Amino acid sequence: MTDVLAPRDADDVLDAVAESLATGRPVDVVAAGSKRNFGRPCETACELDVSALSGIDLYEPDELVVGMGAATPLVALEAALEAERQMLSFEPPDLGPVLGAPAGQSTVGGVLACNLSGPRRIMAGAARDHFLGFNAVSGRGEAFKSGGRVVKNVTGFDLSKLIAGSFGTLAVLTHVVLRVLPSPEDERTVLIAGLADAQAVSAMSAAMNGPYDVSGAAHLPAPVASASANEAVSGLGASTTAIRIEGPAPSVEARTRAVSALVSEFGPTHVLDRAQSGSLWREVRDVSYFAADGRQVWRISVAPAAGAGVGGQIAAATNGTVFYDWAGGLVWLAIPALDDAGHETIRGAIRDIGGHATLVRADPEVRAAVSVFQPQPAPLAALAARIKDSFDPRHVLNPGRMAQV
Amino acid sequence: MRMPKPDASVVGRRDAIVGQLREIVATEGVIVDEDEMRAYECDGLTAYRQLPFIVVLPETTEQVSRILKLCHAEGVKVVPRGAGTSLSGGALPLADAITLGLAKFNRILDVDLDNRCVVAQPGVTNLGITDAVKSQGFYYAPDPSSQIACTIGGNVAENSGGVHCLKYGLTTNNLLGLEMVLITGEVIRIGGKHLDSEGYDLLGLVTGSEGLLGVVTEVTVRILPRPEMARALLAGFPSSEAAGACVAQVIGAGIIPAGMEMMDRPAIHAAEDFVHAGYPLDADALLIVELDGPEAEVAHLVDRVTGIARESGAGELRVSADDEERERFWAGRKAAFPAVGRISPDYYCMDGTIPRRRLAEVLRRMAEMSRRHGLRVANVFHAGDGNLHPLILYDANRPGELESAETFGAEILKLCVEVGGVLTGEHGVGVEKRDLMGVMFTEDDLNHQQRVKCAFDAESLLNPGKVYPILRRCAELGRLHVRAGQVRFPDIPRF
Repeated sequence: MTDVLAPRDADDVLDAVAESLATGRPVDVVAAGSKRNFGRPCETACELDVSALSGIDLYEPDELVVGMGAATPLVALEAALEAERQMLSFEPPDLGPVLGAPAGQSTVGGVLACNLSGPRRIMAGAARDHFLGFNAVSGRGEAFKSGGRVVKNVTGFDLSKLIAGSFGTLAVLTHVVLRVLPSPEDERTVLIAGLADAQAVSAMSAAMNGPYDVSGAAHLPAPVASASANEAVSGLGASTTAIRIEGPAPSVEARTRAVSALVSEFGPTHVLDRAQSGSLWREVRDVSYFAADGRQVWRISVAPAAGAGVGGQIAAATNGTVFYDWAGGLVWLAIPALDDAGHETIRGAIRDIGGHATLVRADPEVRAAVSVFQPQPAPLAALAARIKDSFDPRHVLNPGRMAQV
Repeated sequence: MRMPKPDASVVGRRDAIVGQLREIVATEGVIVDEDEMRAYECDGLTAYRQLPFIVVLPETTEQVSRILKLCHAEGVKVVPRGAGTSLSGGALPLADAITLGLAKFNRILDVDLDNRCVVAQPGVTNLGITDAVKSQGFYYAPDPSSQIACTIGGNVAENSGGVHCLKYGLTTNNLLGLEMVLITGEVIRIGGKHLDSEGYDLLGLVTGSEGLLGVVTEVTVRILPRPEMARALLAGFPSSEAAGACVAQVIGAGIIPAGMEMMDRPAIHAAEDFVHAGYPLDADALLIVELDGPEAEVAHLVDRVTGIARESGAGELRVSADDEERERFWAGRKAAFPAVGRISPDYYCMDGTIPRRRLAEVLRRMAEMSRRHGLRVANVFHAGDGNLHPLILYDANRPGELESAETFGAEILKLCVEVGGVLTGEHGVGVEKRDLMGVMFTEDDLNHQQRVKCAFDAESLLNPGKVYPILRRCAELGRLHVRAGQVRFPDIPRF
């Protein structure tokens, strides 16, 4: 039976971790649980449900800063920001549906714990780049803080970066402060139809290498493009390469024209208006194309120029489907389910070029048997283990979640 | 400033250690002569000086690895050093520590335009990266004012910023990968040409760690296409409140300029007397706002910012007509430090960050402190992100003035923390702000940071005496206090 501890505030979290240390029963840190299936399954039957640590308590739009309880729902934060025409510019994806959970459940702490960033990552940085400071309780049962509420800050080690993407294995976040940015006034997306993957990466690279401030560059091979709910995309009946332009209206208009002219040598172009552009990038961001099937899903980060080669090689070897974000640098892959999730083939394909492959969706048995996260060379793995021990010496937080197998 | 006590047993073995180092690095790369070592006795924080124990200038990662392995085995401390431009004493030598200079790591290894990145050795200067890609229309965005001299490795150690980091981020936001040598001599690679990390974000952790965690031997940074154009606005305001309100309204209007700098009256006058940039001398505060991007965008935003500045009460208001005029607007700001150096025998540059809306209050209280200490202060300010650089004017030849300036500086930094800001925005803690860390952090906060140090360097051989006030032994720091008497906490809701 699962035991659930439900702290009401940060002091309760401190007591809960102290109890975990005293009883020797580790905890699985959750709030909404939308990413419960992301990572290696936790080896514990006790949950620490921090859902109550919710609510925005600091929002100063002209200072570009927002602070809140770590379990504040992302939708609530985004609604508050939208009212001031601001946003989280790293464009956090909602992976709930891909991970078998309902849409719209993510919390801010969950997004940070997984360092999840969307298509605008290539321009605006990752979640970790906007994470200014936090309060937390470490696996030592001690409350501590790091960072602050200002962007320019080099006071002490930047533990915000370390905590982002640590999947709750170092500390339980109780309060977080994020940098926000103005929402773009307008957006358009330039589409190029019918490109092969390698051509698409060249076209995206050409756009990225010009002075156009491209804020999204994705390529959907034909089988993926045809699955788009956006008729302007699925109606093309071909692969679709998408380049997003955002900013003040007169600038968007001028850059859309310039980018269309630039990439027209690759193939026929078409411009999506603001609404169509928005819906397309939400699909790309949330990996919607792979949400409704039972296949295993991998997320592969490589140098952008290597994306098409890696994607093509892996897709052929695994009978999988791929699409590309981050100008080719992020390859999303869906493969028919295998007991070993094809990890040797997939990781073998990036061994020489560098990068990492994460098994995002698979049955718990598979995620327990295969390293979900890219295995690290011995000195790096040993260093990571020492860092883990420094925050959580008894391994009471999310045991096994990031373990290599 | 109290530094760790030199280890007599290490000092006594100097000749043997020099001999071992000369087996690793060619003779001229191991400097032991007092006169030659003098060049390394301080960094940009010249108030503190110490002759190094030995200076070593390796040329390869393998040599760095062997040196660190030797130091680890022999218990010898190591102070890594780039160009020595730190303003916080990060590269200050220790009497029993090897100063490990990376000046010979000065090559660009790879310019990869398809992946929009450059791979460089750590001794390449910040500007050297831009120079390597300029002809292809690219640049490296972070631009600390020492960019002609400071090295990219030093930028990683300090997480350097610059006037353009409001829009383009600090070093940490522009770094893709590192090769680094641990104190054990192990060589690790973190990141690469791809985005995000495969495990804990060590790239983010190491950036800004001030040489306490390892020695960086290779750096991969992202480069950006040069914007089509840039224009600057120069606006004089009758008060710092009015200028501050203008900054808030620009950002409130959804505009993130490439740079937004403020100067107060003493700084305006010092800069104008020095470079004749054409600054309005009747203004109490001056704003320089730079907008960059595609031509259509810049034209549009210049109009909007001009309108906002007028509404905020700007007196004199000028927009640069061409790059020459834009550079003239910047000339005074960029020369602000030497300009202040002309009106005072010495100055002490501070570096706190505050929430921008507290600016007027902070300036008012700083003026009170200035009266109390009898020392003048001039302010330049990265207004967009709240990073203050008060310059305290003093004369080191007058007994007690340096101490007064330091006390004044510490009071300013405590004030920054009190209003919700931080001790240092971009210059680093080093030795300078080390003893103020307790103003911002609790003992538990600091212990969590120092345990990270222990995970990298359990014997605390890398740059000890910097950043953290008390060096406690790692074994003691690691001790865990379990509240054994209390196993269950009945108050926590459970189900």
